[in-house]
Amino acid sequence: MARIFKGSLLAYTGWWTFWFIAWSIVVHRFEPSWPDALIDAAVSILVMVIGGVIITNTFRFYRPGGSNYFFRAVYIFILTLLVSVISNVGLGLIFQFLADDNYRNFVVASGPVRFVLTLLMMSFMGVINWLIYYIAELQAAGTRKQESEKLMRDAELTRLRQQLQPHFLFNSLNSISALAGSRPEEARKMVQLLSDFLRGTLRTDEYKMAELSEELKHIGLYLEIEKVRFGNRLKTIVLNETEHLPEVKLPALILQPILENTIKYGLYDVLEDVTIVLKASVGDDGLLLIEVSNPYDPESKVSAGTGFGLKYLERRLYLLYGRNDLLNVSGKDGIFVTRLRIPQIS
Amino acid sequence: MIRTIIIDDEPLARSIVQEFLQHHNDIEVVAECANGFEGVKQIQELKPDLIFLDIQMPKISGFEMLELLDPLPEVIFTTAFDEYAVKAFDANAVDYLLKPFSQERFDQALARWRKIQGSHPVTQEMIENLRPADAEENRIVVRNGVQIHIIPAEEIFCIEAFDDYVKIFTAKDYFLKKKTITHFENTLPKNDFLRVHRSHIIRLSAIQKVEQYEKGSHVVILKNERQVPLSRQGYQRLREVLPW
Repeated sequence: MARIFKGSLLAYTGWWTFWFIAWSIVVHRFEPSWPDALIDAAVSILVMVIGGVIITNTFRFYRPGGSNYFFRAVYIFILTLLVSVISNVGLGLIFQFLADDNYRNFVVASGPVRFVLTLLMMSFMGVINWLIYYIAELQAAGTRKQESEKLMRDAELTRLRQQLQPHFLFNSLNSISALAGSRPEEARKMVQLLSDFLRGTLRTDEYKMAELSEELKHIGLYLEIEKVRFGNRLKTIVLNETEHLPEVKLPALILQPILENTIKYGLYDVLEDVTIVLKASVGDDGLLLIEVSNPYDPESKVSAGTGFGLKYLERRLYLLYGRNDLLNVSGKDGIFVTRLRIPQIS
Repeated sequence: MIRTIIIDDEPLARSIVQEFLQHHNDIEVVAECANGFEGVKQIQELKPDLIFLDIQMPKISGFEMLELLDPLPEVIFTTAFDEYAVKAFDANAVDYLLKPFSQERFDQALARWRKIQGSHPVTQEMIENLRPADAEENRIVVRNGVQIHIIPAEEIFCIEAFDDYVKIFTAKDYFLKKKTITHFENTLPKNDFLRVHRSHIIRLSAIQKVEQYEKGSHVVILKNERQVPLSRQGYQRLREVLPW
């Protein structure tokens, strides 16, 4: 808000200088003496400047709310009255010493005109001040709103991303416990996998776009852990058809909820052996396309629609890209396919 | 020898129970099962003295598996994380092991089981109490001989009390399950099902019409042609949810 005042100080000075000159010229046309005209202008404008400063300062500390127009009008009117009286009395006093009857008569005769002019000037000051504060408040409110929206978005994204699955974590730890007795080397490997995966999950750079290869590595850790847990029941195929292309990017950790969903319905709820296929390619439209397919049981009703985790993913994609068409799922012939498209911003 | 079965969908989780059992020479593992279907089969065949049972498993949960068994085996649950259930366990005679568990904790659970073995047989009510009270069930798992069916709620037409059992009617068949009608009144989705009689629950979307039966009494005719009597109270309730 301080910036507004600094900028307006120059305008303020210029404004009053202009009126000082205009006032002198107008007065001079009625009374030929230049010194008299200048003194008249100086006194009248100076009093108005003081009136203007009073209005500005009053507005700075107290601005009646929207419904208080009546008060504001009365306030400006009283101030105008005061300014007029003071400037007329002041002029009267000054010209008494300069002893020019003509001029004194002129001041008295022009009283009503002076009053109307002062009233207009003061009202104008009031309106300008009110506008300045109004705009400043609007701007502040806008900034606040933006900031709160950003905060909310941050919080939401954090929550969406860091939904650690307690089942996954404790079961993995249990696997480590089991391996520690019989196959300590594998236990150590599993600890490493789990640590690397968790570290990757807890990355905090919210808006970072990650390279596809980096994300595939992270997902690879997750799948590797599940393979240790479920033994040879789980097989995975990861096809990256973008390797020869310039680096492809996607929001960090966006693949994890998809794979979690896939594992939930495609492995946790299936009795037989399972093969999960992940294919990454760039479509003709230039969008990165990730397809994940897994078997599912069409009979078990839970698979219908998008899973809970995917609802959150849709929301995240919407927050990031403002689009609702980037994620879709389909189930056919016992194979469930999740398709994710990511616009590439060059 | 104490005969036991380990039921868990993760091989490593089964192997750690095996390993911890090596300290107990009087216990023999007679089977390992990777899911509830195998579990039901093996328990019926082998009649173990004790089972170690995981809760989260494919298709049917550990709880649902137990519902299919009569008599119930003695159980020690092994589970990774189940907020609600863990609370319920604490107040119950049935013991549970939170994964990952230590040999010490495992031995404790066994010692406790040995002490109360046989004196507090596990009942269906105990199992029921372990489940979160407010959780709605959108399916019922039933067993017909060796066949296990998972009936989604939207395929149930009505449920009728039948001595210690209930008859669960679908479009063409019915299945028996050893449960009370009140259990299903509490667990089936409240918006879709209504208790219309002391011994009847109906699915609202299965109603074809309501007819006057005798003076002051009504029956519901369902889309599978079944007639279900309405008690006076049931008729009132029906009028509240289906204004006509």
